[in-house]
Amino acid sequence: MRTNDVMLQTATKVVTFIILVFAIHIFFAGHYTPGGGFVGGLLTASAVVLLMLAFDIRTVKSILPINYVTMTAIGLILALGTAAASIVFDVPFFTHAYDYFTLPLFGETSLHSAMLFDAGVYLVVVGVTITIIQTIGEDE
Amino acid sequence: MTIANILIVFLISTGVIFSLVTALGLVRFPDVYTRIHAASKSATLGVMSILLGVFLHFLMIEGIFSPQLIIALIFLFITSPVAGHMIGRASYMTGIPVADETVQDDLSRVVEEKKKQN
Repeated sequence: MRTNDVMLQTATKVVTFIILVFAIHIFFAGHYTPGGGFVGGLLTASAVVLLMLAFDIRTVKSILPINYVTMTAIGLILALGTAAASIVFDVPFFTHAYDYFTLPLFGETSLHSAMLFDAGVYLVVVGVTITIIQTIGEDE
Repeated sequence: MTIANILIVFLISTGVIFSLVTALGLVRFPDVYTRIHAASKSATLGVMSILLGVFLHFLMIEGIFSPQLIIALIFLFITSPVAGHMIGRASYMTGIPVADETVQDDLSRVVEEKKKQN
């Protein structure tokens, strides 16, 4: 008997965007308020897992054609690159830099190179979580 | 005691009372479906009014506009009934019996017909 999951799929279509926007908010707010790359990555992964629950893995793969192993590698390279960039400026490893910029929409914003490291953490967390879940889910 | 305080206290106590009613319903009701009925409706309203009270407290008394609470409100309002629906449906499809007091069960006829077709 084919199950009817219109409710779950319709709710998922709305809720996924709320979760993704909240994940991005948590990721960017991590420097001054609770949050950061790890929690943001886990929230993004949970949005993808919700999509996988409501639809099937093959549909989600066609919606998000991302190789999550490559994503993990890119995240690690980004984190290592942020740490290694300090060598160019002749300062100790992992030294971070920041400055204040006036952006068109946000006004005066402090941009910190730790954010790039956090983006690396974010990509690694999303990649590893989805890889684990996909690998278990495809095992039939 | 300002009007804001009265409103906040009213909202939060309403939420607490509804949560208490939910817990009572979970203990007192006879089968899974009536318990879902208690849990997914009154718990949603209870938690939502507590969140609204907290939001108004931060807005009117502390002067902080907290959009995360509004997001949580909308999120709960969408997801909690859907969760109740999914649990109820899953328990009906796995054949958990309804309570003895039940007089009408329209879904059983539909399920029987669908099972005969396949």
